[in-house]
Amino acid sequence: MFPDQFLFGVEVLLNGLMAGVLYALVALGFVLIFKASGIFNYAQGVMALFAALTLVGIMDGQVPFSHLINALFGTDVHHFGWHVPAFAAILLAMAVMVGLAWMVQHFIFRHLVGQEPIILFMATIGLAYFMEGFGDMMWGSDIKKLDVGIPQGGSFWIEEATAFLGGSNFYGFFIDQLDIVAAVVAVVLVILLVSFAQYTKQGRAMRAVADDHQAALSVGISLSFIWVLVWSLAGFVALVAGIMWGAKSGVQFSLSLIALKALPVLMLGGFTSIPGAIVGGLIVGVGEKLFEFLIGAPFLGGATENWFAYMLALVFLVFRPQGLFGEKIIERV
Amino acid sequence: MKRLATATVAAVMAAAPVMADLVFPSLSYRTGAYAANGIPFADGYADYFTLLNERDGGIGGVMTRLLECETGYNTEKGVECYEATKGEGSLVYQPLSTGITYQLIPKATADGIPMHTMGYGRTSAANGKVFSNVFNYPANYWNGASLVVNHLLDINGGDIKGKTLALVYHNSAYGKEPIPTLEALAAKHGFNLSLLAVDHPGQEQKSQWLQIRRERPDYVTMWGWGVMNQVAIQEAANIRFPMENFIGVWWSGSENDVLPAGDAADGYKHITFHNLGDDYPIFDDVAKYVVDAGKAAGAGDQVGTVLYNRGFYAAMLAAEAVRKAQEIHGVADITPAMMRDGMEALEITEARMTELGMPGFGPSFAVSCENHGGPGTGAVAQWDASAKKWSLISDFSSPDMSVIQPLIDADSAAFAAENNITGGCN
Amino acid sequence: MLYRESGDFSETYKADSQTFPIKFDRYRYYAVLAFAFLVIPFVINDYWANAVLVPFLIYAIAAIGLNILVGYCGQVSLGTGGFMAVGAYACYKLMTSFPEVSIMIHVVISGGITAAVVTIFGLPSLRIKGFYLAVATLAAQFFLVWLFNRVAWFYNYSASGQINAPDRTVFGHLVTGPNTEAWAKYMICLVFLTVAGILARNMTRGALGRKWSAIRDMDIAAEIIGVNPLTAKLSAFAISGFFIGISGALFFSVYLGAAEVGEVFGIQKSFLVLFMIIIGGLGSIFGSFAGAAFMVLLPVLLKNVLVGGLGWDTALAAHLEFVIVGALIIVFLIAEPHGLAQLWRVAKEKLRLWPFPH
Repeated sequence: MFPDQFLFGVEVLLNGLMAGVLYALVALGFVLIFKASGIFNYAQGVMALFAALTLVGIMDGQVPFSHLINALFGTDVHHFGWHVPAFAAILLAMAVMVGLAWMVQHFIFRHLVGQEPIILFMATIGLAYFMEGFGDMMWGSDIKKLDVGIPQGGSFWIEEATAFLGGSNFYGFFIDQLDIVAAVVAVVLVILLVSFAQYTKQGRAMRAVADDHQAALSVGISLSFIWVLVWSLAGFVALVAGIMWGAKSGVQFSLSLIALKALPVLMLGGFTSIPGAIVGGLIVGVGEKLFEFLIGAPFLGGATENWFAYMLALVFLVFRPQGLFGEKIIERV
Repeated sequence: MKRLATATVAAVMAAAPVMADLVFPSLSYRTGAYAANGIPFADGYADYFTLLNERDGGIGGVMTRLLECETGYNTEKGVECYEATKGEGSLVYQPLSTGITYQLIPKATADGIPMHTMGYGRTSAANGKVFSNVFNYPANYWNGASLVVNHLLDINGGDIKGKTLALVYHNSAYGKEPIPTLEALAAKHGFNLSLLAVDHPGQEQKSQWLQIRRERPDYVTMWGWGVMNQVAIQEAANIRFPMENFIGVWWSGSENDVLPAGDAADGYKHITFHNLGDDYPIFDDVAKYVVDAGKAAGAGDQVGTVLYNRGFYAAMLAAEAVRKAQEIHGVADITPAMMRDGMEALEITEARMTELGMPGFGPSFAVSCENHGGPGTGAVAQWDASAKKWSLISDFSSPDMSVIQPLIDADSAAFAAENNITGGCN
Repeated sequence: MLYRESGDFSETYKADSQTFPIKFDRYRYYAVLAFAFLVIPFVINDYWANAVLVPFLIYAIAAIGLNILVGYCGQVSLGTGGFMAVGAYACYKLMTSFPEVSIMIHVVISGGITAAVVTIFGLPSLRIKGFYLAVATLAAQFFLVWLFNRVAWFYNYSASGQINAPDRTVFGHLVTGPNTEAWAKYMICLVFLTVAGILARNMTRGALGRKWSAIRDMDIAAEIIGVNPLTAKLSAFAISGFFIGISGALFFSVYLGAAEVGEVFGIQKSFLVLFMIIIGGLGSIFGSFAGAAFMVLLPVLLKNVLVGGLGWDTALAAHLEFVIVGALIIVFLIAEPHGLAQLWRVAKEKLRLWPFPH
């Protein structure tokens, strides 16, 4: 028997870890692109929204651009009237994301090779604007329910198995099944990404590009192909993140704001490290939840999570300016 | 660039037709974080005026003209919209955003244009002596807070001493509004109030709901908007909080909010100040004259949803105020100042609502200079997840004005002192 | 032909080192000032003031401030929204605590307070660089917004946490509050902008500005040639904060009249001002103006064309507006990564030789 307050703390910690995994899912997409091309992709959040919108749209058989078509031609079309099973829809949505990656590379970043990082960053903001409007126009801005069969709600099994630990006020640890699924998915995703980067030809080429563009070019790696590949991977990660977050809250505009949750994770983990994104996510998740539990809610009136994550990362950076796993910054004159 | 802009804007302004019509600006938001809530309201608001034009040829023989302007729930765009539309003879502003409302209260008052903030905005505007041009009938947030507590009293046989009520609120001006009322009510009825703030947008609320799970409040009430509602209802379901003990204010009770949670949302309640559903004769007319004629606003698929009904109701009240103004002043093409008089003299009776094809749609009430806030009555609606329908589970009842009125007086007095308003009624 | 420097002789050092050494530039500058001060106030109406010009002027002040930090000193900041909030709340507290003091003084003091706050948040810049710093300034953004929302003292304990600007006058004319005339709003912002522009222009081309540029180009190298990174970076933060604070104070008191911190000074504002300076041109005062004009005017223009001109429904127009703004940002960056200011410089080069380019 432990004191309840301690058990509650452990519960908060566990949930913080789970939330951290969800943050890390978003952060992964940032890392992939930044590592390979030095682009800080602000549009990652909007990509998650767009991917989720596309998935729901395909599943429900929505007619894309129906609003525009109806306005221009006076028709009244909304649905094709079919329902695509989740698995096929995910594949189709992925195909759309690959197409998007190709377009992003072909129409935007091909023309911006060699520009300063801030210009590239700005271009992704332009992209975010564009996709926000485009996604809304394509699928409409009403809220959509995403149901791909992921269980939700607290896990009874864990609750019952742990209830004996505390007194009568303790009901066992609460852990959302969705979070458990997300954690498993995240682990699988990281393993996939890492083994892709380590053991495949394209993966090696990707790492070569990340190391040195010039050198990679000179040994015959197509930069353009690698960048399309990287953006596709980021699109895939965005789709996964979009599914996880969309299952929680329905698919709607606010999904794009999860990018803001990923930024402190990136700072902590370093912009260039995949394990960094995961560890950073966990630290941020646990840190903000525990702070809210111990100090924020009882003493500061709550809602401290947003800034605490950033403050934590800020304090951390002062001691380690390149983040936890970031490449050491070497400065030469 | 600038010159082009000048030319275009000038051309646009010159192109606006000058003819007798009743102009209703609709500061809507069909984009941005709150679009899912903004769309049905704007559709309902627009469809009612379309119906009047199509079926009756306007109000009192004068056609209505709806000026829709997209704000995206953004204060600056709201200001732009206000400035763009006020010159066209706009009769009444309904911005559907607390931020924009606060913004426009002084501006609209200075310009002599009335505002109607139905169930939102600045609550103390119910005191017409201070806020001459602002109306928030038939109910406001503080009424809503009191109605929530009244409902708790009802189901507990009048005694909620020692119970705990948790308020989950949007951490903004809107969400903070009910706190003083709930605190006063907590003191009066002896229940404990616990406050949980959720920051915009509210996508992540694990901490708040874990806290609720730990503290086990008897009841939870919510002042949320946008994605915050959906996430809160989902999280409440996740921790298996009994849904029938979870009561939202009217802005946390649309179909959008409960549908994503599926069956888990069954039993969720919200307070409403108007009736729900599409079982009213007037909706047959809407189908006939508006939807089937292809004149519906938006996609035309929102008829009968909670927020559509609310927009529809807001438009109905505005149209009735126009009729009243036409009657008072004997002019068909009224000005904003006459509109204000019409709103202040507005009287809604059951007979009139039946005549309009909306029997029992809202409360019967009369507005006066002293009371711009209406009766503040409301009912409790409960969600039936299998039927995907809201249904009222109580009658419309009155809030506890003995607590609310002093708060309104104090807050409006503070505003009057700050802005040197002498006010009063004549 | 239209634009040339031949025949322009400087006879004193003073004349040679003035802000606009070329006569044509100088006259154009005087003409713009004269037009802004003597013509616009007489023709301005409410719509133009509130929807276009006043926000443009205020954003231009903020953009100048941010440009000093990002464009001249190379320290990327995403805390602008929060820093503007400091200015706004400082101004509100001053206005309500000392109603007898002139609002002009309040606005300047608000700038000073903001400068102090921004300097504190600038301290990590001595360790953290690049995007890491940008994200670190977000900590300031979120913390400040939370603080102003949380601590009731900042909004004088009002029930909802909104702040409202009381009526204040300058030389007997109302400049804040709902009854303010359009021209008065415009004039007070214009005065502040003009002063800010002149100050910034002279600072950036003086010793201080050169130090900033040295830090921007490479801070270690700058340190070796004798620039103290501590004072150079912090002075950039402080001066940038001063301008941003002034813009925040004006934004709240003159432009909006009422504000809620999370909605008005949220993260979107930080990004918006950053867009302005990147679109306008980093490291250019003119760029700050151009960028502010672009980002304020474009949405208004698009809205008026699409909704007013073509009669589209507002939702579609709003979505299309996003698409067009996004596409334009990208097109601009591809065509000219150094912003509108660079386009202007190129145009001047061309004009210098026109019509005989060879």
